[in-house]
Amino acid sequence: MFGKLDWSAIPITQPIPMITSVVIILVILGVLGLVAAKGWWPYLWREWITSVDHKRIGVMYGLLGVVMLIRGFADAIMMRTQQAAAIGGAQGYLEPEHYNQIFSAHGTIMIFFAAMPLVIAFMNFLVPLQLGVRDVAFPTLNSVSFWLTASGALLVNISLFVGEFARTGWLPYPPLSEGTYSPGVGVDYYLWAVQISGIGTLMTGINFVTTVLKMRCPGMSYLRMPMFTWTALASSLLIVAVFPILTATLAMLTLDRYFGFHFFTNDAGGAPMMFMNLIWAWGHPEVYILVLPAFGIFSEIFSTFSGKPLFGYRSMVAATLFICIVAMMTWLHHFFTMGAGAAVNTAFGISTSIIAVGTGVKIYNWIFTMYGGRVRMTVPMLWSMGFIFTFVIGGMTGVLLAVPPADFLTHNSMFLVAHFHNVIVGGVVFALFAGLEFWFPKAFGFRLHEGWGKAAFWFAFIGFWVTFTPLYILGLQGMTRRLQHVNIEEWRPMLLLSVVGVAILVVGAICQVIQLVVSILQRDRLRDTTGDPWDGRSLEWATPSPAPFFNFAVMPNVEGEEAYWGIKQRAIETQQLAPEPKYEAIEMPVNSPVGVYTAFFASVTGFALIWHIWWLAALALIGAYAGFVVFAWREVHEFEVPAEEVARVDRARRAAREAALARMAQAEGTAS
Amino acid sequence: MSPNATQSGRRLRARLGLAGLGLLASGCSGGVFDPVGPVGANDAEILINALMIMLGIVVPTILLAFWMAWRYRASNTKAQYLPNWSYSGRIEAVVWSIPILTIMFIGGVIWIGSYRLDPFKPLPSKVPPLEVQVVSLDWKWLFIYPQQGIATVNQLVVPAGRPVHFSITSASVFNVFFVPRMGSMIYAMPGMVSQLHLQADKPADMFGISAHFSGDGFSDMQFQVRSVPQGEFAAWAQSAKGSGLALDRAAYAQLAKQSHNVKPYAYAAVDPQLFKAVAVLHEPPGPGPEPAGPGHAGREITTVGRH
Repeated sequence: MFGKLDWSAIPITQPIPMITSVVIILVILGVLGLVAAKGWWPYLWREWITSVDHKRIGVMYGLLGVVMLIRGFADAIMMRTQQAAAIGGAQGYLEPEHYNQIFSAHGTIMIFFAAMPLVIAFMNFLVPLQLGVRDVAFPTLNSVSFWLTASGALLVNISLFVGEFARTGWLPYPPLSEGTYSPGVGVDYYLWAVQISGIGTLMTGINFVTTVLKMRCPGMSYLRMPMFTWTALASSLLIVAVFPILTATLAMLTLDRYFGFHFFTNDAGGAPMMFMNLIWAWGHPEVYILVLPAFGIFSEIFSTFSGKPLFGYRSMVAATLFICIVAMMTWLHHFFTMGAGAAVNTAFGISTSIIAVGTGVKIYNWIFTMYGGRVRMTVPMLWSMGFIFTFVIGGMTGVLLAVPPADFLTHNSMFLVAHFHNVIVGGVVFALFAGLEFWFPKAFGFRLHEGWGKAAFWFAFIGFWVTFTPLYILGLQGMTRRLQHVNIEEWRPMLLLSVVGVAILVVGAICQVIQLVVSILQRDRLRDTTGDPWDGRSLEWATPSPAPFFNFAVMPNVEGEEAYWGIKQRAIETQQLAPEPKYEAIEMPVNSPVGVYTAFFASVTGFALIWHIWWLAALALIGAYAGFVVFAWREVHEFEVPAEEVARVDRARRAAREAALARMAQAEGTAS
Repeated sequence: MSPNATQSGRRLRARLGLAGLGLLASGCSGGVFDPVGPVGANDAEILINALMIMLGIVVPTILLAFWMAWRYRASNTKAQYLPNWSYSGRIEAVVWSIPILTIMFIGGVIWIGSYRLDPFKPLPSKVPPLEVQVVSLDWKWLFIYPQQGIATVNQLVVPAGRPVHFSITSASVFNVFFVPRMGSMIYAMPGMVSQLHLQADKPADMFGISAHFSGDGFSDMQFQVRSVPQGEFAAWAQSAKGSGLALDRAAYAQLAKQSHNVKPYAYAAVDPQLFKAVAVLHEPPGPGPEPAGPGHAGREITTVGRH
C-alpha cells in the first residue's frame, strides 16, 4: 500500500534530525496557527499565494531563498565544527551516514534552493520594472515556476524527517549513486527534488528570455537596457540552453535506479564517466547562471553610487555575452584528473582561463565607473568593494585550478572548496546582500538601517576570510574535501581557525537579522517617500516605493541609455515634471491558484515516487495535469483597472516627485 | 627529469622564499609544497609560476579599485566630477588587453605544462620502472606488485630514486589516487585503467589519500606511503613473502566487501591475472552495502559505519 514507507523511516534514534524536525514542525504549526487566529488566510491567499504579480513572486522567491540559505548555513556550521571536533582518532559528533547527508544537502540546498531562488528573485522583481513594462511575458507560468521550486525545497526538507537525504555529494556521481551502492531513498529524494524545481527553473528561463525579447517599453532598444537586465537575459539564455541537460542526465540516472537501465552503471556497458561530462555540461554554465545576474547587480550599484553612467556599457554587454558562450565550453576542467590526455586538458585549461578575460574586463569597467565619480560608501557599495577584493582573489585561484598540472595537486582538495566559496560567496552572495540593501525600499517602501547593515558587512567579510583562508592552506597540505574525520594531527590549527571564522560569520548573520528587525521598527523614519532613495538611473526608480501592481500608469517612452536618469534631469532642468498624461484603463492578468495547486500535486508525485507508492504517484500526476487543463480552458484571464484608479495612484506619485523637486530647488536656493 | 628533481625542488623553495610565501610554505610541510620527487616538484613549480603571474595582475587591480574609491569619494571636493564620462577607447583597449595578455601567458604555461606533466607519460630514467597495480576498494587500497609477486593493503612502499609506474583501477566506485608529496593525482575508475608515473628521490614517510568521495568509509581511505633505499625495498619485498597470506580469487572476493579503517598488511602471493580481471570486470564489482533490514525503510544502514 505505501511502497517502501513505514514508521521506521522516521529516524527516532538520531537526536539531531529528530530535534531539528520537531522544532521546525512546531515553528510551522505556530506560524500557521497565528495566521489562522489573526484571520490572515484570505489576505495571504489573495495577495500572495495566488499572485501573478512579478514583484510579489520575486519577494516570495527571496523569502524561500533566505529560509533555505539559513538551512544551508546551519549545515555548513555542522560541517566545520564536525571536522574540527574529529581530528586524530576522534570521531566528532556526526557519524558518516549523517555527515555525508549534511554536506550533500549543504551543496544541493545552497545551489538549487538558496542561490537560484535568490537570483531569480532579483530577476523577477527587476526585469519588468527596468524594461518599463507591467509584467513578465507569462505571469501565471511565473507563479507555477515559483511554486515548483518551493515544492523541490519542500521535498529536500522532508527528507530530514522521513527517510534520509543523498549521501553522495551535491552531484550524485555514479556508480556511488546507483542502486548497488546507494540503495536507500536519499538519492531518490535528490533526484525528484531537483527535477521538480529544475522544471520550474527552465520555465523561468523561457519566461525571461521571452520577456526581454518581446516586452520592452517604447524606445527601450537592446542597447538601452540596464546592465542588470542584460545579465538576466544572458543568464536566462544559459538556463534554456543547459537545464534540459540536467533534466535528461538525472532522468537517465532515475531510469538506472528505478528500472535497472545501464546508462551509468559499472556493468552491462554503463559509462559512469558520461555522467560526469553531462552533469558538468550543465554544472559549469550553472555557475554563470548565478554569477551573471550578480555582475548585473554590481553594475547598477557602482554606477548609481558613483553618480555616473556605467563605464564601457557596450563593452560590458560584450563581456557578458562572451562569458555566456564560453561558459559552455569549459566543463571538462572539473575532471582534468580523469586522465583525458594532454591535448584535451590543454584545450579546456585555456578555454577556462579565457573566461577570466570577460570577468577581468568587467572588473576594470567597474573600477573606471568610479573614476571621476562621487562615490557614496553606502552599504551596497561596501558589499561591492568587498566583492571586488574577494572575487578577484577567487578568480585568481580559479585560474590556478585551470592549469592542469596545478590542478593535479589541488583537485577535490580543500583548496578547491575555498576557491568556489571564494567566487560563489564573494560573487553571488555578496551581490545578493548588496542588492537586498539597494532594492529593499523599492519592494517594501522603507530603507534598511545603515549602521546594522555596515556591521553585517564587516562581520561577513572578515568572517569569510577567516573561514576560507585556512581551507586554502589545508588544501595545499594535501587535505581532501568531504572527510568525516581527519586522521592527520597537523591539520588541527587550520581547522580550528576556520571554526573561528564561522563564528564571526554567525555574528554577521545575526547583525543582518537585527538590521531587518530594527528597520521594520523604525520604518517610519526610514520611509522612502519619493520612490528614488538613491538617486537612481533606471526605470524602477521612476515608480513609487512600493511600486503599484501595474508598475507604470502609462508606458514610459525611453529616449536614451539610463532611461530614468534622462527623465529626471529634464525635470530638474525645467523645474517641473512632464505634463500629466491622459490616464487609461489597464488590463492586468487575474490571480491564479494553478501554481500552488500544480506544485502541491507535484510534491505528492515526487514523494510517492521516492517511496515507490505507485498508485499515489499516478493519482497525483492526474491531479497536476487536471490543474493545467482547467487553467488552459479558463474564461477570464484579465481584469481591468479603471482609469480613475490609475490616475489616483499616479497623481500621488507625481505629488511626491513635485515635492522632492521643490525641496531640491529650495536646497539649491539656500546654497547659492 | 630525475637528476633535476632536487634542483627544481631547491628552485621551488627559493622561489617561495622570494615571493615572501615562507609562512605558507612552512605551513605546508608534508603537503604539495614539500615534494619528494620530480613530478611533485614540477607540478608545484607550475602552481607557483601561475600564482606569481596572476598576483602580478591581481594585486595592482585590487589597489587600483581601492584607490579609485578613495580618490573619488563623495566628500573629496578636490577630485574632479565627470558626471557623463563613460567611454574612453584608449582605456577600453587597455582593459581588454591586460586580461588577454595575461591569459595568453597563462595559456602557454597550461599548454607546455599539460604535455610535460601528462600523468600517462613515462619518466625518463636509466632503470626500468617498478610496476604497481592499484585497486581502490570499498574502503581501502590494494597495491599489487606483479614483479615481486606480492600485494599490500593500505600500504605503499616504493624504492627511492626509481620511477614507479602505477596502473590504477577501481573495483567499486570512483576514487582518486593521491600522494600529495609525490605529485599528480589521478582517478581510479571501474572498468578503466589509469596510468600514472611518479618517483620519490629520497627516503620519506608520507601519506596517501583518496581525493574523491566514495561513501561512508571514505575518511579512512588513507594509506601509508614509504619511499625506502633500493636495498631496503628488496628486503621489504622479501619479508612480505613471509606473511603467509595469498590473494587468490576467493580471498579477493572477501576483500572486495565493504570494510573500513583497515590496518596495513601484506599478501605473500597474488594471482597474476587478478588486476586484469578486476579492470575488465571479470571479477564482479564490489557488492555495496548489505541489504538493509526490513526495520529501516529507505534508510541505508552501513555494515561498518558504526564506531
